[in-house]
Amino acid sequence: MSESSWGSESELFPYAGGPLTPTGRHSGDMDEDPVIRPFMLTNGRTQPLHDGLRIETLLRAAPAALSAPLRFESRRIVELAQSPMSVADLAVALRVPLGVVRVIVADLITQGFLDVEIQPEEFSTSLIERIRDRVRAL
Amino acid sequence: MSGRSSEPSAAHPIAVKIVISGGFGVGKTTFVGAISEIEPLVTEAELTEKSIGIDDTSAVSGKTTTTVALDFGRITLDDALLLYLFGTPGQDRFAFLWDDLVTGALGAIVLVDTRRIEDSFPAIDYFEEHEIPFIVGINRFPGGQQFSPSEVRDALGVSPGVPMVQCDARDRESVKSVLVSLTEEVLAKRANRERAGSTW
Ligand SMILES: Nc1nc2c(ncn2[C@@H]2O[C@H](COP(=O)(O)OP(=O)(O)OP(=O)(O)O)[C@@H](O)[C@H]2O)c(=O)[nH]1
Ligand SMILES: [Mg+2]
Repeated sequence: MSESSWGSESELFPYAGGPLTPTGRHSGDMDEDPVIRPFMLTNGRTQPLHDGLRIETLLRAAPAALSAPLRFESRRIVELAQSPMSVADLAVALRVPLGVVRVIVADLITQGFLDVEIQPEEFSTSLIERIRDRVRAL
Repeated sequence: MSGRSSEPSAAHPIAVKIVISGGFGVGKTTFVGAISEIEPLVTEAELTEKSIGIDDTSAVSGKTTTTVALDFGRITLDDALLLYLFGTPGQDRFAFLWDDLVTGALGAIVLVDTRRIEDSFPAIDYFEEHEIPFIVGINRFPGGQQFSPSEVRDALGVSPGVPMVQCDARDRESVKSVLVSLTEEVLAKRANRERAGSTW
């Protein structure tokens, strides 16, 4: 994830309304390689720009992000995350693999459209008791 | 990395994760489905290099993906507390997903089919090695012999401290009580640790 791999502005913000470039470094791949399609949504990138995104990490979008010029999947994420949604919830809603959501979410965080819900460093005893009691009461 | 820090004003929900593991066909999907409020499925794509000699990781050329379905359950415990359940994929080739699933988990439940106890060895080894609190849920399948928990414990080779509970993954109440047992185990572990005065 070196900075140098992000040459131009349009590459840095692939979801912020820039034109899709179906040609270029991954041109023609679809003919030979239909199985790679999940990562077409990320222009072929598989490594998120932001570390530490777990499957259960909760994300929340700022209301202002709704008016940002975002492309389809990013827009959906920003809409869904008006209330907190986990990476896994988003993957289910968008029907794409977790790894794909991670890349898109990481971009949105870097762009300031999504925030990670800060979690406690450790589960406190009272939190675990709360989990236990709530599960019991389900 | 974004500069905006979240003010501690609004209620910040907490997400807690529990991993459901065990051998092939042991009832993981059934377990998650018995209690989840959503359809229990999420996918991950495995990325494999094709031997074309391309080393640019940012390009898809030369790579191929296989998609794997993971059990995924969500339970809203209250308006600021979400419990997520994740099932570990059975096949060895998806072992690379385990670290990702397990990191940060509150604990794990290892389901055991008494007809094929050894299928759950890898899961037990993993959680012991990574010091993840876990309990064993003994699933009774038709035709499965009736073993006492201590017989199952011996066969599994788990330490006497690890709780063994009966489980019917098809039954919501049973699933609830297994989850409760896990939280009790996490609390007990913590109490021990504090008594021992260890810093972690
Ligand atoms: N008797 C009994 N049958 C069960 C129990 N749990 C699951 N089953 C049945 O066992 C079969 C397999 O259950 P699954 O939940 O698909 O098992 P799994 O661990 O998800 O299987 P894989 O994902 O293929 O590894 C299904 O037919 C279930 O109905 C149980 O606790 N008792
Ligand atoms: Mg299954």
